[in-house]
Amino acid sequence: MCPQATSVQTRPSRYLAYARRSLLVSIWFAILTFPIIVIRANTITGIITWRWHNIGWIIAGTFFGSWIWGYFLERKRLGTRAPAGPLRRRITALRGALDRLKQRPQVARMSVVILVLAVVAFPFLGGMYQTNIMTTALLYVVLGLGLNIIIGLGGMLHIGYIAFYALGAYSYALLNFHFGLNFWLALPIGALVGGLFSLAIGIPVLRLRGDYLAIVTLAFAEITRLVLENWSGLTFGTAGIRNIPRPAIPGIRLTLPQTTTFVYFIMIGLVLLTIFVVNRLENSRIGRQFVAMKEDFIACQAMGVNIARTKLAALGLGGMWAGLVGVVFAARTTFINPASFTVWESIIVLCTVVLGGMGSIPGVITGALVLILVPEYLRAFAQFRMLLFGAILVTMMVFRPGGLIQKRRRAYRITAEEQKVVAESGDLSIQG
Amino acid sequence: MVLDVRALTMDFGGLRAVDHVDLQISQGEIVALIGPNGAGKTTFFNCVTGMYTPTTGTVTIARPGSEPHNITRMRPHLITAQGLARTFQNIRLFPEMTVLENVMIGRDCRLSAGIVGAILRNRKTLEEEEQVVLDSFRMLEIVGIGKWANETAKNLPYGAQRRLEIARALATEPFLLLLDEPAAGMNPQETRDLVALIRRLRFDHHLSIFLIEHDMSLVMTLSERIYVMDYGKLIAVGEPAEVRRDPAVIKAYLGEDVSA
Ligand SMILES: Nc1ncnc2c1ncn2[C@@H]1O[C@H](COP(=O)(O)OP(=O)(O)OP(=O)(O)O)[C@@H](O)[C@H]1O
Ligand SMILES: [Mg+2]
Repeated sequence: MCPQATSVQTRPSRYLAYARRSLLVSIWFAILTFPIIVIRANTITGIITWRWHNIGWIIAGTFFGSWIWGYFLERKRLGTRAPAGPLRRRITALRGALDRLKQRPQVARMSVVILVLAVVAFPFLGGMYQTNIMTTALLYVVLGLGLNIIIGLGGMLHIGYIAFYALGAYSYALLNFHFGLNFWLALPIGALVGGLFSLAIGIPVLRLRGDYLAIVTLAFAEITRLVLENWSGLTFGTAGIRNIPRPAIPGIRLTLPQTTTFVYFIMIGLVLLTIFVVNRLENSRIGRQFVAMKEDFIACQAMGVNIARTKLAALGLGGMWAGLVGVVFAARTTFINPASFTVWESIIVLCTVVLGGMGSIPGVITGALVLILVPEYLRAFAQFRMLLFGAILVTMMVFRPGGLIQKRRRAYRITAEEQKVVAESGDLSIQG
Repeated sequence: MVLDVRALTMDFGGLRAVDHVDLQISQGEIVALIGPNGAGKTTFFNCVTGMYTPTTGTVTIARPGSEPHNITRMRPHLITAQGLARTFQNIRLFPEMTVLENVMIGRDCRLSAGIVGAILRNRKTLEEEEQVVLDSFRMLEIVGIGKWANETAKNLPYGAQRRLEIARALATEPFLLLLDEPAAGMNPQETRDLVALIRRLRFDHHLSIFLIEHDMSLVMTLSERIYVMDYGKLIAVGEPAEVRRDPAVIKAYLGEDVSA
């Protein structure tokens, strides 16, 4: 079969087919949105206005949207077989140039310097509002990296992650309320609480996988929230806890804007710590065990890896980070109640991991920044935020299922010298 | 005796997949387990390696030069640590990991680095990691796929994937290697290379080898003793020549009609 001939023959008809389908999709969408787009009922006067012109916009918009979607799907299907257009060629050239640039040590050094400067200058140039938003995003970066240990490395679909965040936040709030514990001491305690609870719920679910694990962890998150809501004697119920002290430096009085900046830098520090630790875990024996367990747990077990221990390690090491930043969350908002820790929050963290690229540290960071910052700056479109969110996720899953920045396996260098030693020793003994 | 199985039985609900099977393997032997499809060979392997918990029976192993050890009902990773290693009938590699990393997982049960070591990267951990890379590479060289060390496992040609499974099993430092249909899907040349490899493992590395195989010419040339199973029961044991003549075996393979 000659691929060129077929593509020439089928292409026009295929695009026609897309046009027909797009038309159907747009009519279907018009019918679906009819009640909210066309009819407007004024409940006070009882007058109904029919805005028929809107339907035209909807049909036209959906038609072109669907057509473009189809076009890109087709391109994806053809993949590398598609002849490179001028635009594609220019992009490839640009990418090559970028790669070459990246390899130059001066460029690498320069970009690090610029990044550091940008990070340091941000709160001073951006003001309090921007700094607050960025701090929120950084909280989610740590949450994403923590959950990434459980999902991206360990392959356990955990939907109750936010519960550990809540436990960290409540640990600080309550220990401070009753014993006056300060923020700095609360940080490690929060991490410990998060990690231990993650372990504790891990033990009964060790045998569960996939959807079952997802359901159980989801239930766990809801139970945690309900307990926080209803155990008023301990947690003050839905009223929450007020006046939680902000992070402070002993002996120095900080104004509110200064504290905001301070919290921002605390978060930068914690993000760096998380990256450091997660990166080291990933490139070690335990990281290898995580990935092997995720890829094929039966083979992994047969090769002598203790699956139960490895799972618990992933859960403990993952839950820790949520507990840690939970403390920061409580300290910066100064007020927490159970409503901050709904399952929806868990889903957002899950989305940052999936969108960014499971198992990839830069991917998860990008995912968290995009998912938290974009909606913040799109406040103008507040009503459509969720719609946009959904659209982005669906698009990503179709066109780039591995996430924005996909994980690459590390290559080990075995020097020619070492190869020679192995080959020439003749003794290819099995014992180490 | 490196492996001693007594009256091993495995029930799946009403189905008795393995029925009172006795089996012994001596040090340095190459033993084959054959039988028609569904005879219970893989199930037997799974019981020995701890993947399944046998209904009744005992499994005892002895590393050459040490005391026998009852491993019935032990968890699979502990059995592997004792010195039994296996491959799978349907290749079970870690497809997204590199070839070398696959073998490094096999090496895992001989390592001691922990989480703290991973984060602090102290001398001991780094040295161990360096050693594990070298050891794993050596396993790849033994089975002859060293040149693919940094390739993603799923991209290897089929025969190489089977070899990688063997390398991964070798990395656990076994004294008994269990191979579940190692030649399945291989072409004649690959099969010949495999026979040579298994012989080398037996003679150069002093492993005992226990293999399930459907390729009769391979079984007859390679193995010193053959066990034949049918419907979960052992129907014959003996040297290749004996087994080939055994009426019960011929009947099991060719069916009732022909033997009647
Ligand atoms: N986990 C299981 N649950 C229920 N039945 C099983 C299970 N594993 C195997 N069996 C059954 O046990 C019997 C033996 O299967 P087994 O896989 O051991 O056969 P085999 O001899 O390896 O066959 P083949 O040569 O096709 O690999 C079959 O009837 C199979 O359906
Ligand atoms: Mg089988």
